[in-house]
Parts: sequence; C-alpha cells; structure tokens
Amino acid sequence: MLQYVRTRLLLTIPVLLGVSFIAFSILHLIPGDPATVLLGDMGGGAASGDMSEEALENIRRELGLDKPFLVQYVIYVGGVAQGDFGRSFQTNREVRGSVLEVLPYTLLLTVVGLGIAIIIGFALGIIAALKRNTWIDSLTMTFSLIGLSMPSFWLAFILIGIFSYRLGWLPSIGSAGIKTLILPSVTLGLVASGIIARLVRSTMLEVMRQEYVTTARSKGLGERAVVIRHALRNALIPVVTIVGLQFGTLLSGAVIIETVFARRGLGRLAVEAVLRRDYPLVQGTILVAALGYVLVNLLVDLAYAWIDPRIKYE
Amino acid sequence: MAQTQAGSVSLATAELELVKPRSRRREFTNSLVKNKGALIGLIILLILILAALSAPLITRYDPIEIDPPSRLLSPNRQHWFGTDVFGRDIYTRVIYGARISLPVGLIAVAISAIIGTTLGMIGGYYGKLVDGIIMRIVDIMLAFPNIMLALVVVAILGPNIRNVMIAVGIGGIPQYTRLVRGSVLSARELLYVEAARVVGVPEMKILFRHVLPNVIGPSVVLSTLSVGTAILAAAGLSFLGLGAQPPEPEWGSMLADGRRFLNTHWWVTTMPGVAIAITVLAVNMFGDGLRDILDPRLRT
Repeated sequence: MLQYVRTRLLLTIPVLLGVSFIAFSILHLIPGDPATVLLGDMGGGAASGDMSEEALENIRRELGLDKPFLVQYVIYVGGVAQGDFGRSFQTNREVRGSVLEVLPYTLLLTVVGLGIAIIIGFALGIIAALKRNTWIDSLTMTFSLIGLSMPSFWLAFILIGIFSYRLGWLPSIGSAGIKTLILPSVTLGLVASGIIARLVRSTMLEVMRQEYVTTARSKGLGERAVVIRHALRNALIPVVTIVGLQFGTLLSGAVIIETVFARRGLGRLAVEAVLRRDYPLVQGTILVAALGYVLVNLLVDLAYAWIDPRIKYE
Repeated sequence: MAQTQAGSVSLATAELELVKPRSRRREFTNSLVKNKGALIGLIILLILILAALSAPLITRYDPIEIDPPSRLLSPNRQHWFGTDVFGRDIYTRVIYGARISLPVGLIAVAISAIIGTTLGMIGGYYGKLVDGIIMRIVDIMLAFPNIMLALVVVAILGPNIRNVMIAVGIGGIPQYTRLVRGSVLSARELLYVEAARVVGVPEMKILFRHVLPNVIGPSVVLSTLSVGTAILAAAGLSFLGLGAQPPEPEWGSMLADGRRFLNTHWWVTTMPGVAIAITVLAVNMFGDGLRDILDPRLRT
C-alpha cells in the first residue's frame, strides 16, 4: 500500500508540471505580443498610436517577457509554487486573491451537486438493476438518457421558470445564503445523475451474477440482505472511480451553471477572464481547477486501493 | 509456387467477400431494426439532417434579417415557434441552427477520433519512449476538467464557433488515445501481425492494414457516443459567449439571448432548448444501439 501511494504521488509530479506548462504557454501562444495586448487593454484601446516602444519595453520587463522562454517558465512555476499567480491585466489585482475569494463557492456547489447526483443516481441505478427488464427499468433508463442529453443551461432555465418565476420560492440569481444554492446544485446534480444511474445499474447487474450472490441466496438469506450486504458493497468499488471522474464533469458543469445563476465561482471567473482577455486570470483559474481535479483523482485512486486490496500499481 | 499460393489466397478472400459482408450487413440491418431506440434515433437524425440541408426550402423567413414590427410574437400560424426580440422567426433560426450544431459536433468528433486514434496506434505499437511521451501528454490533458481545456484553447485562439469546434475536438483526443492504445497492445501480439513483421512488411503498412481494422470498431462506437457530448459542449460554450456570436442562429447563443425573456416569453428559450435536447437524445439513442450491436463489451 505504501509503495502504491509513493508511486502514485510520484506520477502526479510530471502531470502537475505539464499542467503548469500549458497554463504558462497561454500567454505565449496568443496571436500577437502579450505586452501589446496588455497595453491595449489598459487604455491604449484601438488607438495603437500611443503604444510607444518604450512603454511596451517597460511592460515586457515588468512581466519578465524579455527573458528566455524557459527561464520565464521556471520563474512562473516558482511563483505558482509559492501561491503567486501574477496580477490581473484588467484590475492589477493579485490573481491569487480573486481565485481564493470565489473558490469556496465553487467547492460548495460541486460537492452539494455531487451529493445530489449520487443520491439520485444510486437510487435509480439500484432500482433499475433489481427490476431489470420491467417498465420501471425502462423508465429509469429513459430518465437517465434524457439527463445525458439535456443541456444543463436549458434545464436551469426550466427550473428558474418554475421555482423562481412561477412559484416564487427560490431566487434565480445570486450567491448569498443557502437559498441561492438550491437551484444551481439541483441542476448540476440532475445532469450528472443520469450517467451515475447507468453505471450503477450495470455494475449491480454484473455483481448480481457473481457466484457469491448465488451462494448468499442459496443459504437462505433474504433478498434485502443479499442486495445490501453482498451485492451493493462490491458494486461500490468501480463506482468510486466513476464518482471521482464525475467530479470533473461537475466542475465543468459549474462553469456554465455559475454563469446561468450569476453565482460567484471559479468557473464564472474563468469565463469572464477569457472574454476580457485577462490572461493571468485565465492562467490562474485554469491552473487551480486542474490542480483541484488532479488532487481529487489522486484521492480517488488512493481510496480505490484502500477499498480493494487487489489493486497494485504495475 | 509463390504464384499459385497467391492465387489460392485471393480466391479464398474472394469467396469470403462474397459470403461474409452481405450476411453481416443483413445481420446489422436486422439488429438495427430490432433495436427500437437506435432506429428512432436514426430516423430523428435523418430528419434533422434533411431539414438542415433543405433549410431555405422549408421556411420563407431569413434567419438573420430583423423585422421589428413582429418582435416577440407568441407561436402562431405564421411563426410556428414565435419570434425573438428582433422579430426573427424562431422556427427558421432553429432549422438554420442545425446547420451549425450538426457539423460542429461531427467535425469536433472527427478531430478527436483521427488524432486520438493515430496517437493511440503509434503509442501502442511502438511502445517504450514514444508510448511514454504520448501517454504523459494524455495524462496532462486529462488533468483538465473538460470545459477548462476548451477554455484554454478558446483563450488562445479567440471566441468563435470554428475555434469552439477545435477546442471540443482537442478535448476529446485522450479518450481515443487510451481506448486505441489498449487494443493495439493486444493486437500487436496477434500471430498474423507478428508474421507480417517477420516477413518484413513495412511498419506503416502493418499499422494501417493489419492493426487498424482490429481497433477501429470501438473507436467508431465511441465516436457515435461522443457526437452528442460534442454538440452539448459546443452549445454550452456558445451559450457562455465563447462560441458562435450574434446574430448567428446557433442554439446555445439563442438560449443566452433569450435569458431576459424567460419570465415573459417562454418560447424564445424553449424552442432552441428542445432542439438541442432532441438532437443530442437522437444521437445518444443511435449511439447506444450501435454500441449494443457492434460492441456489447462497452455497454455501461
């Protein structure tokens, strides 16, 4: 186990370096010169006439753009490792501050959304598996197929239409208080529940075919005990991975959901940064999202090895 | 002697070709007809494609030209789906929207499938260092939640629908690489592949003639299943303002435009929303059926 943890941790390092390299490269891959973009946004505007070579040179020096590419990368990673993501092109505010400020909102949204997705997904998946090939099965699977095909932003609109406008129960936008969390997290959870239901159903069916389930039945255990004590416990193993992967989907979903509900969060911050061409902020938000995702996957893998001792890293 | 051998081989393959494909095709058609979900999905898709192709013939309105006097009309006999804030016919815009979303979904998937499959084949076949490098790149790409990777690409290339297509396409590459690499690893050890290598068949020829047919099936199934996801992702990015720009009749951006009429004019957002959902549902139903028929192992 310790060996596995060590290997898994070591493997994370090149991924983190790669991720930071991609985030770093954004500034160098945009068409044109970053200094010109920055100066243009700062007030030079379309009138590129006032972009004196001197001003550009100053900005380049300030951003370290006059140094060799790889040196710049090392400086960037060094900064990131100490929590320094640079400053916003637009507001000159530290990116770290902006990101840390919105991060808890996104975490809360994704965790609650994931919880809702797991509850609905598991319930539907187990029912469908137990009532295999009946109308209940078809109904739950149709529901999950619709969930997979529904654009989250339209589902959000429908829920807003019903619960905010028609019934007036819940606010349609905002991020303050628990009431604003309900609609966004339910939207997010519903969308993700479809895939979880499908996967739970197929793993349950797989497990129910195993010999130990037949044994449990033949020794006279009630169906309830068979399902809960023997089947479900073993079906949980692959599902842990799935839930981990779903975290990424939810994080992606949060980008859209936060925008729909005008909610503070990492996703909305990232979208606004891209739209405003605020590259340091784009780099920071994307980097933090990827770091979070890598961390969750790491935890899932470790949990997986802990639950199922058969797993070893080859 | 070599000649007779070649002759008998080609005779054998000729016979095989006579018998096999036809019965296989019939088998495929039969399973497709039996699989109701797949059939319904396919029919809906064909109707959508037909509508997209014949858009100017089945509507008399222009998708972009504004007509202020008829703004925000509810669905009626002249405007089946109503009109938007600029008086444009929503039915027309939804039909023209299929001309954007369908190709965008298909091309995005083609980008991921072609690049991803090629990388997976190269990695799986050559192994060692090449494989190591490719798989590390894939790991890095997978470290980004899907939409975040698309955001990176759009941030670099700029927000428009073509770049969204590229962004979604790039985001899909790792899945194919992983899937194909796995199949190639086992196909590489097959006896006839080894035989070809021993006889001195060029590597590229081995890869494309002998290995590719073994790994293409799962790739095709994955492609069908990904078209829906790709359409959703592209519509989502356009909804965020990162893809198609107004006045383009793109479904996602139509929904974004209709946001402020949600409470008062339901049809402005409902119609494009239904369009996306039905299209993706049809693709998924077809893809599910195709997977059950072609590759039941992938069933989830």
